[in-house]
Amino acid sequence: MTDFLQLFFSGLATGSIYALAALGFTLLWQASGTINFAQGEFVMLPAFMMIGCLTAGMPLLVSFCVSCILSVVVLGWLFKRGLVDPLFKYGMMPIVVATIGLSIAMRNGVRAGFSAEPQPFPNLFPDAVYNVAGVVVSGTDVGTFVFAMALVLVTQAFLAKTVTGRAMQAVAQNTESASVLGINVPRMIFYTFAINALLAAAAAILVTPTYLAKFDMGASLGNKAFFAAIIGGFNNSRGALLGGLIVGVCENLAAAYISPAYKDAVALIIFMVVILFKPQGLLGKKVERKV
Amino acid sequence: MNKRSTLKVVAAATVLAFVGLAQAQQTIKITNIVELSGPGTTAGTLFKNGVELAIKEINEAGGILGKKIESTTVDTQTNPGVAKGLTQKAVDDGVLAIFGPVYSGSIMVSMAESKRGEVPNFTGGEAAAITQQGNPYVFRTAFGQSTSFPKLAKYINTKSKSLAVIYVNNDFGKGGRDTLTKLLAGGPTQIVADISTDAGQVDFSAAVLKAKQSNADAIFAYTNEEESARLLRELKKQGWTKPVIGETTLTGQKVIELAGDAANGAVAHVGLTVDAPIPEMLKFKAKYYQAYGSISDHNGIKGYTGVYILKAAIEKAGKIDRKAVAQALHGINISAKKNPGVIMDVSFDANGDLDRESFLVEVKNGRQVVVATLPALSKK
Repeated sequence: MTDFLQLFFSGLATGSIYALAALGFTLLWQASGTINFAQGEFVMLPAFMMIGCLTAGMPLLVSFCVSCILSVVVLGWLFKRGLVDPLFKYGMMPIVVATIGLSIAMRNGVRAGFSAEPQPFPNLFPDAVYNVAGVVVSGTDVGTFVFAMALVLVTQAFLAKTVTGRAMQAVAQNTESASVLGINVPRMIFYTFAINALLAAAAAILVTPTYLAKFDMGASLGNKAFFAAIIGGFNNSRGALLGGLIVGVCENLAAAYISPAYKDAVALIIFMVVILFKPQGLLGKKVERKV
Repeated sequence: MNKRSTLKVVAAATVLAFVGLAQAQQTIKITNIVELSGPGTTAGTLFKNGVELAIKEINEAGGILGKKIESTTVDTQTNPGVAKGLTQKAVDDGVLAIFGPVYSGSIMVSMAESKRGEVPNFTGGEAAAITQQGNPYVFRTAFGQSTSFPKLAKYINTKSKSLAVIYVNNDFGKGGRDTLTKLLAGGPTQIVADISTDAGQVDFSAAVLKAKQSNADAIFAYTNEEESARLLRELKKQGWTKPVIGETTLTGQKVIELAGDAANGAVAHVGLTVDAPIPEMLKFKAKYYQAYGSISDHNGIKGYTGVYILKAAIEKAGKIDRKAVAQALHGINISAKKNPGVIMDVSFDANGDLDRESFLVEVKNGRQVVVATLPALSKK
C-alpha cells in the first residue's frame, strides 16, 4: 500500500506539470479555436531563456521573472502577431500545420544555438526527502504539485471571477456578441496567449530539473499534454487539470505494476478509450457542429 | 565562339578535377560518423571533439607519413539506419578509416558497410557482440563488455549479496545485463531485480521503486548518460543510500554535471578517465579543456586515442592502404612511451578488442576520484 501511495504522489507531481501544459492547449482552443502543436517547445524555450539568464549570473527567481516577460513577448505577442493573426482567416488547419512547423524550427533553432547536449538545471525546491508513514515524499514533488495546482486554480479563478476573465470567456463563447457588447476582442485574445506563455514558463521551471534542458525535451511533454487535454475535455479548463493528473498517475502505476516498457503507451490507451466512449472528454461539453 | 568557351570550361574543369584528385592523395581522408542529435548526443559530441583534437595535433606536427589528415563529420541522429547510410557514403567517398558511431546499436548495423568496403572502422561501442561476428575491420576504442565486465563482476561479488540491475533496453544495455548475469551466475551475488528502462526515459520513479521493493543491497545501473543522471537524481529523491555501482557511464563527467549532488557516492569501473594518475592523461585533460571549455569524459578519450591508434597502425603498415592498416592493427602493441597520444599502453587482439589497464572510481564532492587501478586482463 505504501508503494501505491508513493507512486500515486510522484505521479501527481508529474501529472500537474502535464496539466499546466494541457491548460495552455484548452485556453488557446477556447479563445482562438487553434491547436498549438508547438506547446512542448513553448515549455522548452523558457527553459533555455532561464539558462541564458543563469549563465549571465542572475539568481533563479530573477531569471524566472525575466523569462516570464520574454515568454509573454515572444510566445504570446510575437506568436499571435506573426503566426496566428495572418493565418486566422484561413481556418484552423493552416494554423495547426504552421505550429507543427514552428515546433520543428524552435527545436532546431535551439539545437543550433545552444548545442544538442543536455544542460543541467537548478532545482527550485529543496532536495529534502520526507518519510510520512512509510511513504517517501520528496520536497521537489510536493513543491511541484503545490505550485502547479496553485497556478491552475489561480488561472481558473481569474477566468471565472474577474471582469477581464469573464470578458475572455465571452470572447471564447461568441466573438461577435462579445464585440457588440463592447469587449475589446483582439486584446482579450492576446491576454489568452499571454497567459498560455506564462503557464509554459512556469511548466519549464518545474519540469526542467527532471527532464534536463535539451532541445527536444518538449516533444514528449507536448504529446502527453495534448492527450491529457483531450482526455479531460478540450473545451474545459478543469478538464485539462483532471486529464493531466490522470495521465501522470496512471503512467507511474503502469510502469511499476505492468512494465516500464508500457509507460508511454498508457496515455495513448486512455486517450483511445475516452475518444471511443466519451469523445467530448471526461469533463467536456458536447458542442453541436455549426452548419 | 560559344563552342570554344564551352571547351575552355570543360578543360578548366578537368584540370581542376585532377588538381583535386592530386590534393586528395596528399591527405588522409577520414570520416566521423557520430551521434550529434537524439539520445546519443552527449557521447557522440565528446567522441567527435576527441577525434578533432587529435587530428589538429597530428596535422600541426606534420601529419602521418608526411600527409595531413582531412576529416569530415556527419550526424547519425542516433539512428542505426542513418548510420548505415552514412557509412556506405563514406566508403564510396574513399576514406581511409571511419570513426564512430559510438552507440552499439548503430555500429552493429553500420559495420556491415565498412566491412564490405574493407575500411577500418573505430567505434566507441561497448556491446560484447560487436567483435564477436568475425568482422576484421571493426576496432574498439574502449573495452568491450567481454573485457570490462569480468573486472566488474569481481568487484560486485565483494560488495553485494543481492543486486538490482537497472539497464537500458537497447543493444548496449541488454549486452551489459546479459554479460553480467552470466558472470554472476553461481557466485555469491544474486540478481533479485531485473529492471528494464527506455532510451530517453525521463521519469525513473517506478524503476527506483521496483529496486527498493526487491530489498536489494546494491544497484547496478547500466544506462546511457542522460538517463544515468536522471536515475541518480531519482535515487536521491527516493532516499536510496545503498551502493550504486556502474560501468564507465555512471560516473562520467557529463553525468556528474547533470546529476549534481545526486552523483556523489556512485562507484564505477572505468576503462578511461581524465582523472587517471597518468601524466599523459592529465595533459590530455588540459588540452581538451583549452579547446572546448569543458572536461572530457571517456568518449572524448576514446576519440582522441582512437586517432593516435590509427596513426600507430599506419606507421606500422608503412603505407596508406585500408587493408594493410587493418592487418597491422590485429595483434598490435602500442606503447605509450613511443606514442604518447595513446596515453596508456594498449594492445589489440585478432577480433579488434583492446586490452589495457583500467580504474575503479568513485564520485566524491562532484568529482571522479580514482580509488584503485586494475591491471590489464591479459596480465593476470
